[in-house]
Amino acid sequence: MAHLSELPFTTRLFLKAYQWRRIDPVPWAAPRKPLAESRLALVSTAGLVLPGQEPFDDGVKGGDWSYREVPADADVSTLIDTHRSESFDHAGVRSDPNLAFPIDRLRELAEEGAIGSVNHRHFSFMGSITAPGRLMADTAPAVAAALAADAVDAVLLVPI
Amino acid sequence: MCNQTVGLIAAEIERHGIPTVCLTLLREVAEKVRPPRTLSVPYPHGYPLGTPHDAVGQRKVIQAALALLEAERPVLRDYGIEE
Repeated sequence: MAHLSELPFTTRLFLKAYQWRRIDPVPWAAPRKPLAESRLALVSTAGLVLPGQEPFDDGVKGGDWSYREVPADADVSTLIDTHRSESFDHAGVRSDPNLAFPIDRLRELAEEGAIGSVNHRHFSFMGSITAPGRLMADTAPAVAAALAADAVDAVLLVPI
Repeated sequence: MCNQTVGLIAAEIERHGIPTVCLTLLREVAEKVRPPRTLSVPYPHGYPLGTPHDAVGQRKVIQAALALLEAERPVLRDYGIEE
């Protein structure tokens, strides 16, 4: 497991004073179907975009709360790392974007019958959001509503 | 921050009636933020599914995460440790 102590000094200094957002009450949606019949979607916060999509903007104060829609038939190997954080080693995800946006892995699980199907779209955020107000008021509800409209049965969320 | 962000988005998705599972690289952040279902993985920052190009290993992590959908109450589990 990674530890906060492994982060760069300035990041640790910031996080020491940071007030983490506590989810309270913890919401709970029970699965309605067995996994083998469920439609799965991905949300990744690795800051990945497809060629031609607007890169995430590291200059937004409090963090870029926007998102990109990634079609299920996207070529994962073309995803571009636009995350500017120095808090993680970018080499892995640049070599294999499945490491943080595993669309190929979901496709394989669907082919072998472990999951029912893969939703026709997934969602990409850049996770370095220190002031999540606009995320919570705007883009997280928009993505949640889109997933509900797609009749998605379960969502896997991957940080980086 | 990534680990908080996935939790907050997961909570919103759950409020829309869809169950979620988060991965986390920072157990201590998941303990504070409290997403509904979280698998804590033993990998460094930047490597949430382990090893690049290791399809088998990556699928194992995903399947361990998806197994948490069977939980009946909020859960934070460590990858590789059965309950």
